[in-house]
Amino acid sequence: MSLQTSHPTGLPTSLLRVEHVTKRFGGLVAVDDASLAVAPGSITGLIGPNGAGKTTLFTVISGFEPATTGRIVYDDRDVTALPAHERARIGIARTFQIVQPFATLSVVENIAVGAFLRHAARADALALARRVADQVGLGGMLDQPARALTVAGRKRLELARALATGPRLLLLDEVLAGLNPSEIRDMIPVIRAIRERGVTILIVEHVMQAVMSLCDDIYVLAQGRMIAQGPPARIARDPHVVEAYLGHGAAQRLQGKSTPVTPADETEDGHAQRA
Amino acid sequence: MNARDLATGFAPILLVVALLALVPLFVSSNTVLNFLVFTLIIALAAQGWNLLAGYGGQFSFGHAAFFGTGAYAAAILQVNLGLNAYVAFLVGIGLGALVGFVIGYLSFRSGLRGSYFALVTLAFAEVLRILANSAGFTGGAAGILIPLEVSAWNFQFESRAAYYWVALALVGAVLVLVRAIERARFGAQLVAVRENEAAARALGVDALAVKLKAIAISGAITAAAGGLYAQYFLYLDALIAYGPWISIEALLAPIVGGLGTVFGPLVGALALHGLSEGSKMFTGEIPGIDLVVFGVVLILVVAFTPDGIMGVLGRLRRRLAGSTAKSTANAAPLPAREEPAA
Repeated sequence: MSLQTSHPTGLPTSLLRVEHVTKRFGGLVAVDDASLAVAPGSITGLIGPNGAGKTTLFTVISGFEPATTGRIVYDDRDVTALPAHERARIGIARTFQIVQPFATLSVVENIAVGAFLRHAARADALALARRVADQVGLGGMLDQPARALTVAGRKRLELARALATGPRLLLLDEVLAGLNPSEIRDMIPVIRAIRERGVTILIVEHVMQAVMSLCDDIYVLAQGRMIAQGPPARIARDPHVVEAYLGHGAAQRLQGKSTPVTPADETEDGHAQRA
Repeated sequence: MNARDLATGFAPILLVVALLALVPLFVSSNTVLNFLVFTLIIALAAQGWNLLAGYGGQFSFGHAAFFGTGAYAAAILQVNLGLNAYVAFLVGIGLGALVGFVIGYLSFRSGLRGSYFALVTLAFAEVLRILANSAGFTGGAAGILIPLEVSAWNFQFESRAAYYWVALALVGAVLVLVRAIERARFGAQLVAVRENEAAARALGVDALAVKLKAIAISGAITAAAGGLYAQYFLYLDALIAYGPWISIEALLAPIVGGLGTVFGPLVGALALHGLSEGSKMFTGEIPGIDLVVFGVVLILVVAFTPDGIMGVLGRLRRRLAGSTAKSTANAAPLPAREEPAA
């Protein structure tokens, strides 16, 4: 975890750095001295068992909750004290794990609220909203009320609204949760396409195949602590990670049973997803 | 904004205002004009409430605070300081905005919303009423009388029709203002805050700033209604200016007419007062019959058409236009759960 500020070339090595962030709720330490770095242009994953503190860390990064201690550095700027809407203005957009549509507004009006962030004129904002709707596959439902959308549609709407703010860093909180396998297959190329347009992505996700296929780099949070970091293949084999998901001693038992180490990836993924 | 937007957005307002402007040419009865001026004053106050509550989702039970401030400012600045009536009227509007900002700052800063915000606004209005009732410069319990000096320069007119046109012009201006807000970034952000404040903040909306702007504009509009009331009736006391009656009038009209719609407050005010006057005429002088009508209408609206008369009209129009009609109606209505209990 590199905490240095910038490359010799002057380019920042990371678009986002979380430095030793701790978040306490009364006596409960939800996030404990966690650090991470998101390289520009990457898709970085944040995984961990239920209750590990992933969403809490997300709310701290997006400015909805203050960190108890530690710093959030975005684009070499300390944003720890910046309120949520200011962070959106400098290019940090987030989606919500529990979708939060503007229920009585239409799909295009929902997205336009995001588009208004950088476009003062209604016509411009609506035009951008329509383009973004096309990008995420909502182009055919512009005038439907948001409350009429399916779960998959609402997840896309979350994504579209965040994209419409013109972010450089997109924080995706379980955009695949609650989708069926075919909806997940449809969504993955959408996320890839967003990255290809130059948006850096930090994604919290439970759906392991998706995380493994999407992410360049993965951080694992367990009981509030960052226990592992690395490329997907290494994370899947990391004994600490396996233990965090499956309990103490699980790594050893798995190692013992499946003699060749490589195919074990499959089993671990399968288990991890159910965990 | 292109020509089509102008046509769909502002043409109906012009049409409605133009038609209403013709009324005094056919009606000369002072009773009817008196009723219409009063109803327009209510519609104006109600439009202020509608901006904050209908569009912004911040339900106030104390818009009397703004109405009374506008009314007292108009009266006191003329009587005690000798200011020109129009200047006093404009200062009153400014003070209404200021009172709105202060109440908003105190309550929104501390995160009050829903029924807590409603109760705080009610408390502010009541405190102002008690203060106005006991202070010297407001005339105290005896009230304050604006001397009758009929001249256009004094904002006093010989004919009811002139008052009617002035009130209508103000209502028309505010209809245009609210329509413009509805179509601007501010309007989109205001509705977003109503629908889901957290989601709005995530999209870069400064929820506090948006709510403060809304309550200041809302206060200004309702203060204008108060100023007009003072100019028309030329007498005020604390119960008229800051009394709960106007807080209730200001919220009933948009709820009946259609929350968060441009025409809701005007339509609601005309419907409610039309019905109550009508029932008074037909039943003779049964005391309190107008209030019974108010109550019944409110129950019917909340139970059967939570999006008000405008919602019913919108559905009718869509049915007539067939299922191909696009949803270009005004801002969507609030979900039923957000109605304040009567």
